[in-house]
Amino acid sequence: MPEKKSPKVVMDSDGIERCLTRIAYEILEKNKGIHNLVLVGIRTGGIYLAERLQKKISAIENAKIPLGVLDITLYRDDITKTSKKAPLGKTKIPFDLEDKKVILVDDVLFTGRTIRAAMDALIDFGRPRMIQLAVLIDRGHRELPIRADYVGKNLPSSLWEAVSVNLLEKNGKDEVLIEEET
Amino acid sequence: MKLAKKDILGIQEMTVDEINLILETAESFLEISTREIKKVPTLRGKSIINLFYEASTRTRTSFEIAGKRLSADTINISASTSSVVKGETLIDTARNLEAMNPDIIVLRHSAAGAPHLLASLVRQSIINAGDGAHEHPSQALLDMMTIREKKGRLAGLKVAIIGDILHSRVARSNIYGLSKMGAQVVVAGPATMMPRNIEQMGIKACTKLEDAITDADVVMMLRIQLEREKQNIFPSLREYARHYCLNRRNIKLAKPDAIVMHPGPMNRGVEISPDVADDPACSVILDQVNNGVAVRMALLYLLSGGNE
Repeated sequence: MPEKKSPKVVMDSDGIERCLTRIAYEILEKNKGIHNLVLVGIRTGGIYLAERLQKKISAIENAKIPLGVLDITLYRDDITKTSKKAPLGKTKIPFDLEDKKVILVDDVLFTGRTIRAAMDALIDFGRPRMIQLAVLIDRGHRELPIRADYVGKNLPSSLWEAVSVNLLEKNGKDEVLIEEET
Repeated sequence: MKLAKKDILGIQEMTVDEINLILETAESFLEISTREIKKVPTLRGKSIINLFYEASTRTRTSFEIAGKRLSADTINISASTSSVVKGETLIDTARNLEAMNPDIIVLRHSAAGAPHLLASLVRQSIINAGDGAHEHPSQALLDMMTIREKKGRLAGLKVAIIGDILHSRVARSNIYGLSKMGAQVVVAGPATMMPRNIEQMGIKACTKLEDAITDADVVMMLRIQLEREKQNIFPSLREYARHYCLNRRNIKLAKPDAIVMHPGPMNRGVEISPDVADDPACSVILDQVNNGVAVRMALLYLLSGGNE
């Protein structure tokens, strides 16, 4: 048995904050303000990142933009196949998506299957003007033709590595880790 | 946490964790019924057969809508329009349905244990939608979901169940479920409608409605099965109503914030007076129906490998 290396911190609390601040400005620049802009976080990591982006954007523009939460479990393509799954969470989209510019927020972009499911789910709620994607980490290995509009950090990884984003709100600490999968 | 079951046959064989998992999953499903497009693709390609040997509006429609909102194909078979009238046995019907490869069979039957028999014979998942006077698990689950939604908890609540306890599968499933979840159950009904030694289920039994509903958090009225009048277990509907009808006057004995439930169909003026049944301040009867769809979606989803 080769010795398992301990997890490596690839981004710390300050790094995450700087990434999110930059993404907030990029969103505002690309969309020329907050008109018709809404944020939707994907359960669970994406929710906290979306909340932080909402705060940052509010602070810059002095106006709050709507925030929704999406659980994509019911839209997965592997519902009866995979062995580990989080319990079904609640979806809350408390606004009309018609003609909105939706910023979909997730922590890690990997195969792209979660984003595919999230887009299907969003479209069931209405017809947004456009959907843009913001992720904290893009680790590559896409299995679908999907790319992010806003990326915190590109993190080249191998398939046998696990990337985890720990956030203050759910793990008590802000950090991004990479480690060899057991 | 997973639902390690092939079938949903009764609340008696369920654990507290399983009940919690089903209720939590159902709460997440509530939102789908409020969408403009009330459909998610989760069970696409699955077939669900509703096999109903007894009359039903609510339960059958509820299972059908639940299946359709999850994108499953639902097929309804009722005894009166099937080969049952030609004399086919339940086992033969089930074997033939099995050969058509459905994924889940929802069965209502007048014989207690019919779903258990099917579950041992066919490889499909069986959901008991009511078997004789035995159990009606999805009803008890939607009742528990409604109580939890309104009261925030189940443990420590006093729940009064009034009516024909002897013939009621709703009562039986609720007694199992509520007791497991830590609620205190009190039943009341005429002696002819009370099973002997009911206290062995760990609950209290009274003869008078007033004794049971005093200080209750939840009052659950059962339907009087009108056909029982002919069996001489009560003298007349009027007489029954005089002693066991929940009305404006006796509801005051329950806690001021008590909720009133009824599994339907209601006999207005027999077991429940219309002014109580229609009072939005205490009646949660239509919330029960709304939650019923979510509970059945949760059952279909969990049996199909969700959260496996």
